[in-house]
Parts: sequence; structure tokens; C-alpha cells
Amino acid sequence: MTVSMLRRALPALAVMLLTAGPALADGPKVDKGDTAWMLISTILVLLMTIPGLALFYGGLVRSKNMLSVLMQVFYCVCVACVMWALFGYSMTFTGDNPYFGGFSKVLLSGVTTESLAATFSVGVAIPELVYAAFQMTFAAITVALIVGAFAERMKFAAVALFVPLWLIFIYFPIAHMVWYWAGPDAVAAAAQAVHDAADETAKAAAQAKLDEVLADSGLIYQFGAIDFAGGTVVHINAGIAGFVACLLVGRRIGYGRELMSPNSLAMTMIGGALLWVGWFGFNAGSNLESNAYAGLAVMNTFVATAAAALAWMFVEWAVKGKASLLGIVTGAVAGLVAVTPAAGFAGPMGSIVLGVIAGVICFIFCSGVKNALGYDDALDVFGVHCVGGIVGAILTGVLVDPSLGGAGIVDYTACDPDGVCKTAAYDMTTQVWAQTKAVLVSLGWSGFGSLVLLKLIDWTVGLRVTADKEREGLDLVDHGERAYNL
Amino acid sequence: MKIVTAIIKPFKLDEVRDALTGIGVHGLTVTEVKGYGRQKGHTEIYRGAEYAVSFLPKLKIEVAVPTSQVDKVIDAITGAAKTGQIGDGKIFVYSLDHAVRIRTGETDTDAL
Repeated sequence: MTVSMLRRALPALAVMLLTAGPALADGPKVDKGDTAWMLISTILVLLMTIPGLALFYGGLVRSKNMLSVLMQVFYCVCVACVMWALFGYSMTFTGDNPYFGGFSKVLLSGVTTESLAATFSVGVAIPELVYAAFQMTFAAITVALIVGAFAERMKFAAVALFVPLWLIFIYFPIAHMVWYWAGPDAVAAAAQAVHDAADETAKAAAQAKLDEVLADSGLIYQFGAIDFAGGTVVHINAGIAGFVACLLVGRRIGYGRELMSPNSLAMTMIGGALLWVGWFGFNAGSNLESNAYAGLAVMNTFVATAAAALAWMFVEWAVKGKASLLGIVTGAVAGLVAVTPAAGFAGPMGSIVLGVIAGVICFIFCSGVKNALGYDDALDVFGVHCVGGIVGAILTGVLVDPSLGGAGIVDYTACDPDGVCKTAAYDMTTQVWAQTKAVLVSLGWSGFGSLVLLKLIDWTVGLRVTADKEREGLDLVDHGERAYNL
Repeated sequence: MKIVTAIIKPFKLDEVRDALTGIGVHGLTVTEVKGYGRQKGHTEIYRGAEYAVSFLPKLKIEVAVPTSQVDKVIDAITGAAKTGQIGDGKIFVYSLDHAVRIRTGETDTDAL
């Protein structure tokens, strides 16, 4: 759950400055500590993508395709960054309708060193450029995650086309649906105006204004669904797209018959470990402020990850007879995925439980379900990201419960004049149902949207390299270079 | 003259070389090979999914020796390469008709 731009809410705020309390009257404050933390978090998310994700994936493919995977991940980052600045930020974080944002901030217009973005606290803001850069890295890693599903057989031209289209039609809308809202200051100020209204007419007008502010948010946000750092936006979204892609592009030649052993599990471990390090920026950075809730997200990102890694390792040891390095590293990634939506909502003990559950369920999907159904999700994008994301998204609805040690959900319509807001009453059924709806919408939108995009690409440039080229390896046929010249 | 060819586990190479040097064999050719015997490869487990690996990496060593030395060579290799585990390898002996040392032109046993 991140934020909309405060700038949009400023006109509304200005009207209410006289009636609102001191926190609002002084205007939002920018704290250098928050800004520093967000800058570091932004760079950490790049660290988890290149080199982290690239090496994690690169080590898992055969040596003849190593470089192609590195190339695809690097390409995703570059395309996402440019598109984000051109129109992605505007399409995601401006209000227009519940499905996608508008174009008022195209080319980052109005996003200057002076403009501010709201955080989760009333009266606290961060520089909008920092916020936009932080969110930019999310677009980059999300689209990069997908390439693992169709690794080792998709044409680079198809990848090059798929990435920008997918960002426009899938990522920007879903990020808008989940994360766009008017921001705490706008909501609190509108609620304060209702409270302060002198007579019935004024109250009705203020209430209408509050309703308008509350309605200025994405579809999934309006469900009441919560997604702290992108379980729905990033992992379910990328995971289902990967699943559709691996079905459409088909299985690799020799899949299920030949051993397609990873070219370097050591490199995969390096990449996996960098993912974990970078994920602190991803999860704790999503708090947007450097405070105890960022600390909670850091703690949860440690313990859920470790618990999931151990769960995978012990289950694999019990079922298959050996505890593998790839198992413990994959389990860690499953834990990171699952704790992403819950990072700032669950308590640490809840996060350990979440990690264990995610580790076991993802293991079942990657080792059992995948083989039983025979789809070639080459690097387990669906099994880890989509499945882990769904587990995390649904259980976030449970673990946010304050009686289970969760942080609860802040009600920004119930803030005192100092900007301190109350926690909303928690109802598990309502929350879990909201989370489930969020999961279903993202599965449907991303699954169906990706299907259409991939079909279009298949009809134009074609999705897959020829059998001869696939046997030779994508490094040479697509890029004219080798990962290794030994 | 005989050629003694042995398929051994890769990590046994140093011990085999030492044993052969110990009985006066001074030349040795080593090739990296893959294959399988009665154990039919092994399984590797990636993310919990098992894959059968039919062809295991082995080393093939070749030694050309006078016929009188063959038994000692076989004993040396067997002693050094044996772990008692499955997959220790095999030794094959062939007849060698002719040998020439390129540098000097020496032939047959003088060339070995």
C-alpha cells in the first residue's frame, strides 16, 4: 500500500488549512532521515534486480543460455526506467479512474525538486522525485521476474516487444489499482472538515468532499485490500504472466527427458543472497518513512525468509533424502515473496508462520504440481512468485489482525488534530475477502492481458526461436557472444 | 607390448599416477570421458524434482607397457583407484603392435 501524490490533494488541503489542526496547518514536513532511507531503498531494489535477480536466474540456466538471461533482465530494467519517467509514473500515480491513472504527469511534468509525495503519516512527506524513483525500481523488477518462466527458448525480439507492452497494459494499471489513493493528508483533512462542519448543509458538503477523496483511489485499494510492498502488484502479477508465457511458448526441447542442470548454483546462491539484501529496500522502503514500521518490515523480512528457507530445506530433506543449496535459496525467495504484502502489517511471529507455510506450499508447486502437469516454468516464476504471492496476500489479511500481533490498518478518517490516527476495527472475514478479490482481479487482468499480448507477438515477430537455434543456445544466436570462453 | 586402459573416478587420478610412477611407469595419457556402467548413472535433485543423469564424468587413462609389466600395472591401478563403492571403473588391456618415439625414432619397447 503506497501513496498517491500529495500535490493532487493540495488544493483540497489549502481550503481546509484554517479549520484543520496544527499538523495539517503547518503543511507536510520532509525529513532528511526519511529521504535518506528512501534513496538507499531505491538503490537496494536495483541491487536485487541487477545483479541479484540476473545472477539468480543466470546461474540456473544452461551455460549456453546464461548470457541471454542476464541480457533480458538488464533490458527489462533499462526499458522500465525510461518508460516510467516518460509516462509510467503518471499512468500509475495520478487519479483519473479506478483502473489506470491519467497523463497529467507525463514526462514527469510537475515532478520537481520542490514537489512532495505523501507517506503513511499525516503531515509527513518525501520528495516526489525520490518517491517516483523508488516506485520506478518496482516496475523494473516486476517485469524482469517474468523472464524466468520462458528462459532458454524465447526470441529476444519477442522479449524486447513484450516488456514495454506488458508494462503499459498490465503493470501500470495494476499498480494504480492497488496503490493509488489520495494520501493520508487529503483523507484526514477531509474527515476533519466533516467533523468541524458547523451546520447540516456544511456537513453534507464536507461529507461529499470526503467521499470524493476516498473514491479517488484504485479499484483494488477501494476493495480495502492491503499490499505493503507488492505481493499483488509484483509477484502475483509477474507470476501469472510468466505462467501464461511458459504455456504459450511451450516446453524446452528435451524438457523432462534431458537433465538441464544449472550452469552455476554458486552464482544462483550469490544472486539469491543479493535478492535478500535488496529486498530490505523493497519491503522496508515501502514504509516510505524511516521509523519503527520500517523496522518491523526489516524484522519480518529476516524471519519470514529464514523460516521459509528452513521449511523448504527440511521438507526436501524429508521427501527427497537430501537438503540442497538450491532448495534453501529457493525457499528463501519464497519467504521473501510471501512476506512482501505483509511486511509492515504482520508481527514477527506471524511472519515466521507465514514463511513456513509459504516454503512448504511453494515446494509442493515447484517439485510436485509442475511435474504432474508438465508445464515448463523454467525457473519457477509461477511456483515461487505467483503461488508465494497468493499465500502472502491472503495471509496478510489474517496476520494484520492486532490480536495476532499484527499492526492493524490505520483509519485516516479518524485522526486527531496532531495527525495521530486510530487503527480501524478489524474483521478477518472482510479483510480476507478483500485480499481474495485483489488476488482474483490481478490474476485475471495479468493472466488474460498477458495472453493477448503474447498472442499478438506470436502472430507478428513470433515467440520462439527455431529448434536448431534453441539447441545451439540463445547466447550465440540472439546476442553473438558467449557467457564463458574457457 | 600392451595398452592398459582404465576408466577411473576423476578424484582418484593422483593416487593412480603415484602408484604407476612407483612401479616405474613414466608415461600416462588422461582423457575426460562420460559414461555409465551397471549403476546406470545417478539422480540429481533440483528444487525437489529428480533428474536421472545417465552419463557420469570419468577419466580414461592409457598406459603403454611391455607385456611383462602388465600385471603390475593392473595391480597398481586397482589398488589406487579402488574405493569399494559402485562406479570405481574398469580396466581393459589391448595388444599393442608397434610404437615409435617421434623425437628419436626409437621403436617398440625402447619407445615406451
